[in-house]
Amino acid sequence: MSGSVGIVSAQRATFDEPLSFSCGKVLPRFELMYETYGTLNADKSNAILICHALSGHHHVAGSYADDEKNIGWWDNMIGPGKPVDTNKFFVIGLNNLGGCHGSTGPASIDPASGKPYGSDFPMVTVEDWVQAQARLADRLGIRQFAAIIGGSLGGMQAMQWSITHPERVRNVLAIATAPHLTTENIAFNDVARNAILTDPDFHGGDFYQFGVVPTRGLRLARMLGHITYLSDDAMAGKFGRGLRSGEYKYGYDIEFEVESYLRYQGDKFAAYFDANTYLLMTKALDYFDPARHTEHNLARAFANVQANYLVVSFSSDWRFSPDRSREIVKALLHNKRDVSYAEITSQHGHDSFLMQDEQYFAVMRNYLERVAGECK
Amino acid sequence: MNTSIIQSRPDFAAIAAWIPQGSSVLDLGCGDGSLLRYLRETRDVRGYGVEISDANIAACIANGVNVIQNDLDHGLADFESDSFDFVILSQTLQATRHTEALMKEIVRVGRGGIVSFPNFGYWKNRLQIMQGHMPVSKILPYQWYDTPNVHLCTLNDFELLCDHLGLRILGRHVMNDSGDVNLLPNLRGSVAVYRFKREV
Repeated sequence: MSGSVGIVSAQRATFDEPLSFSCGKVLPRFELMYETYGTLNADKSNAILICHALSGHHHVAGSYADDEKNIGWWDNMIGPGKPVDTNKFFVIGLNNLGGCHGSTGPASIDPASGKPYGSDFPMVTVEDWVQAQARLADRLGIRQFAAIIGGSLGGMQAMQWSITHPERVRNVLAIATAPHLTTENIAFNDVARNAILTDPDFHGGDFYQFGVVPTRGLRLARMLGHITYLSDDAMAGKFGRGLRSGEYKYGYDIEFEVESYLRYQGDKFAAYFDANTYLLMTKALDYFDPARHTEHNLARAFANVQANYLVVSFSSDWRFSPDRSREIVKALLHNKRDVSYAEITSQHGHDSFLMQDEQYFAVMRNYLERVAGECK
Repeated sequence: MNTSIIQSRPDFAAIAAWIPQGSSVLDLGCGDGSLLRYLRETRDVRGYGVEISDANIAACIANGVNVIQNDLDHGLADFESDSFDFVILSQTLQATRHTEALMKEIVRVGRGGIVSFPNFGYWKNRLQIMQGHMPVSKILPYQWYDTPNVHLCTLNDFELLCDHLGLRILGRHVMNDSGDVNLLPNLRGSVAVYRFKREV
């Protein structure tokens, strides 16, 4: 029987050694929020790291004692008897640097100035995140992960781990991801960023000290993003051309159901998410390109990879399309790495990777059962 | 388990016999990965399978076999030239649409090709046609209206295709239910396995 990991609690790790970022900036100290589920075995060989995507965080599974409705963002995948089985694995979720869920980020107080970092916060890259995640792994005594799992931007971190620390990860599960963003993807991100950057309440990123939040920009950014994470078919199936009141009102208030949905999603997101974090996350997506250092040859970028790979894509995902996953597979094949590739038929677009699907879960479960077998 | 695989698929034993220890293998239409698993366990073969069916992808992964989900009729673009010692196509040739193109891809990607297929020239098939019906048997279990088999051939036909594509046949193993067939293979054999390579 599969179930929930139950009540969990977040932990905070503080690192006093400075961290240098790709952009040249240095944080003298930083904090990471994380959660763990399951038990680390005696030889510490059963650890799995879950890397989050754009709007994710450390609360991956279970719920909180004081907030039972706050269920982790990947609770359907992770728990006792679930594909990422917490009876077998020690699972770690964390909030990345630059995030807005408790890890050091733009809204944190800069000890040097006593004010929020705001526009001073370093631009973060996937490489920087992996560096910070490795510090957390060291802290928890984990030399080598049984697996690192991530979807979308999280998949990029999982891949980067196998490039930066080939000896520290046995399996990479790279889901709905890409070896670098397409031009069109960068373009979407830039429109989203412009919505935030041009919001009068943004104040160049230092809005905290003005007591305002660029909610209009953040809301628009989320609405745009949300459209691209779904598919045409999924949206048509969910909303069609349905009208709230059943007839045309000839105005700009909410008329179509899809408008209602998007505005609601935008409002909900803008109420809790940090605008600077959104900017940083989209830039980290844009910058990720391991082949940049190898004359755009991805196979060479993967030359030192030792991990076995499971690559999963979704048929209706047009932001991280199956073709992009195939590029990853091809580069791994060139290096004669163990790799399996599954293309899941799904109509939910990029968001498919967060949804329950029989084939998707069977593939994940079967793969991880073998990983668990190798941990003993 | 290994013996049962070989018993249920006699072409597997013939294929395995041609594959030296430690070879690299690409198995096209690999099913649940049984052949690759067998080759890994008995020949220390390193390899990948290509499959289209969801159920088989999940089964291969459960079997610990590397598998790439792909439609063979889209070619082998993910695979580099000369990247495998052998490319195997077992009991799948007859169900491919772009058969000639796939044969070319096999010898591009593999230094050698191994193909097994049901012999349409088998006397029992001929008999059914003489009785006025499309053959239906254990090896060709489909009715004409629901069969995935769109490119059935005889041994002679297959050898003509190899000749046409400039392929050199290095070995042939013909079988029927009672065992190996040497005499009148195109008439008495129900299944054939060929090993071939590009004529350089």
